[in-house]
Amino acid sequence: MSEVVIAGVGQTPVGEHWEISLRSLAVSAIRAARADAGGLQPDAMFIGNMLASTLSHQSNLGSLLADHAGLRGIEATTVEAGGASGGSAAHLAYQAVASGMVDVALVVGVEKMTDQVGPEVEAALAQMLDYDYEAVQGISMTSQAALLMQRYMHLYEAPRQGFAGFPMTAHANAVHNPNAFYRRALSLETYARGEMVSEPVSLYDAAPYVDGAAALVLTRSELVPQDLSHGLVRITGSSIVTDALALHDRPDPLAFKAAGFSVERACRQAGILPQDVDLFELFDAYSIYAVLSLEAAGFAPRGEGWRLSENGGLSLQDKLPISTMGGLKARGNPVGATGVYQLVEAALQLRGQAGPNQVANARRALVQSLGGPASTAATHVLEAWR
Amino acid sequence: MDSPSSPKNTPDLLRPSRPVGIVGYGAYVPRYRVLGSEIAKVWTGKESGSPVKEKSVPGLDEDVATMSIEAARNALARARIDPSELRAVWVGSESHPYAVKPTSTIVAEAIGAVPHTQAADWQFACKAGTEAMVAAIGLVGSGMARYTLAIGMDTAQGRPGDALEYTAGAGGAAFVLGPAEESLAVIEATYSYVTDTPDFWRRQEQKYPEHGQRFTGEPAYFKHISEAGRFMLDATQTSAADYKYAVFHQPNPKFPERVAASLGFSKEQIQVGLLVPYIGNTYAGAAIIGLTAVLDIAEPGDRILVVSYGSGAGSDAFAIRVTDAVLERRDLALKTQEYIARRTPIDYATYVRFRGKLAMK
Repeated sequence: MSEVVIAGVGQTPVGEHWEISLRSLAVSAIRAARADAGGLQPDAMFIGNMLASTLSHQSNLGSLLADHAGLRGIEATTVEAGGASGGSAAHLAYQAVASGMVDVALVVGVEKMTDQVGPEVEAALAQMLDYDYEAVQGISMTSQAALLMQRYMHLYEAPRQGFAGFPMTAHANAVHNPNAFYRRALSLETYARGEMVSEPVSLYDAAPYVDGAAALVLTRSELVPQDLSHGLVRITGSSIVTDALALHDRPDPLAFKAAGFSVERACRQAGILPQDVDLFELFDAYSIYAVLSLEAAGFAPRGEGWRLSENGGLSLQDKLPISTMGGLKARGNPVGATGVYQLVEAALQLRGQAGPNQVANARRALVQSLGGPASTAATHVLEAWR
Repeated sequence: MDSPSSPKNTPDLLRPSRPVGIVGYGAYVPRYRVLGSEIAKVWTGKESGSPVKEKSVPGLDEDVATMSIEAARNALARARIDPSELRAVWVGSESHPYAVKPTSTIVAEAIGAVPHTQAADWQFACKAGTEAMVAAIGLVGSGMARYTLAIGMDTAQGRPGDALEYTAGAGGAAFVLGPAEESLAVIEATYSYVTDTPDFWRRQEQKYPEHGQRFTGEPAYFKHISEAGRFMLDATQTSAADYKYAVFHQPNPKFPERVAASLGFSKEQIQVGLLVPYIGNTYAGAAIIGLTAVLDIAEPGDRILVVSYGSGAGSDAFAIRVTDAVLERRDLALKTQEYIARRTPIDYATYVRFRGKLAMK
């Protein structure tokens, strides 16, 4: 049977790229992925991006990026689903290639955030929420995450320190990722001293917003050039699930139901259980998101997810490594590009090219990006192939 | 073949046709001080967190015109020239009292430099004063004028509660430029590095400036000041070790320390000219009032590197060599440290009143 494979990956370092434009960032990642894919000629490009029209005054990225990547004329469109934009673009590219409509698809995630000051960026990100009922009241992504974390701590009597393991794991893993933003470890003492952004979410519970671009080349197994120097990774599961946009429209806001269903569907398609994966690139935009995602995927009972990170329980050597290249927290969160970074990193793990961060014998990875508090969840199962 | 207007890949240092130097210099700092802890207390409830110990505050009857006159008189006292010999009076500031009407004519009139003189105001955020100096050097260096006066002076505006309110200070310096043979310090070369980088700005009619937060650091201050400083060192084939002192624009204590280290200068080399912890950031006055503090104690033969930075953005670098004349002239006016020591602390409420921060209508 024909498989959909990741033939090439590319990424730029994330950071404050004040001197690099949106198009240049994207083109760097595209070039790297195409070179990695041994010169496959893309027929279509799926772009994950959320904020270009607000922060860069630029829409119609399909035409812009196809042109500047030297691919003028190909099919190219933007896929927007908040923080799940990158994962969603990958899902649509997967469908296109799997269906046979497209032979070679580029997936590009790109986000340029630092050309605007903090309050502008916060306001733009709040568009991920229900504008008429949530954002208009002044809630931001971070203050909403704070409500979730507060509720969780109250309901399950989880201490604030209990969340420390998530950013500490992410920071420890970012040290050896040359593309990460915060390449330094985080101690428990530093976490405890963290300045509150929106109580109980501290500076260390919230991923930094940065610029970045990452890209994948997808094709079917029979079209892969024979002389590729690296291993191949196949996509065995791919799903997008949505939930009510507004948190107040959900009977159980701490359930992250879309995240759970999305994992279930992707795993069912792949013929595996979530417990069969060797690593989980989860969406740790906030520590509480990481906890709720782990619970939604079934890795811990409700109210127990925070305990998974105790004593380094999610580190590279452990049973379920997360955020293996730093995650959103320490690699950085270039919102619409993040889902593609996660896929690139998981692919490198499965190709055995994760350097000092290599998860031993990694054969299967679960990758999930979230738009808002799991209002949209895009999940992929990747497997090492040959 | 290159046309005459095509850009040069390797620029030259700016050097006048005939040697130019500083004939006289003068500083001015208003006497009022508000403690950083006092500002922090009002806005955060705690006394910690201010990047500076205190900052200078102009009195109710002071503005850039009056303060420029004070500094100009000090510079003239050291220059020992007749003010009517000045062929330019140029004032650089981002707090000119008038949007339309020159500060420089007020200054020129008050010091007795009118009417046979150039007079105009310069505007380039914190490097308006050094830009005026480069032009003043050019006027003397070309032989068009024997003496010119360049001033950088500010009563900086900090929006209440903004991070910049802790540092927005008041003060500056004036320099009489003239023939090198009469000077107390010779200008060996200047070099400027400019791009359109909007990191900090205030539009017409706006009371307080805005800034691009973290954008003000790496792509703005550090890039321009490092490029200008590095080019000056390379083009003059000097290194940090060749200079006794260095002065960098000082919006806070950390930035100049970092750029100094990156160019190879020690903390000792920048110590004398680093005044921001005691008077705050005097904007167009900041780098050059640091230079006056250095000239107050420098020895003949000492070399000084000065690099300003103005938002918007650009940096002017000066390589300066002190002459014997400094010894007999520096005592002819009040020294910069004497101005800093002459202080009257005020509370936040008084500061708010002095700075007109209470809206009356």
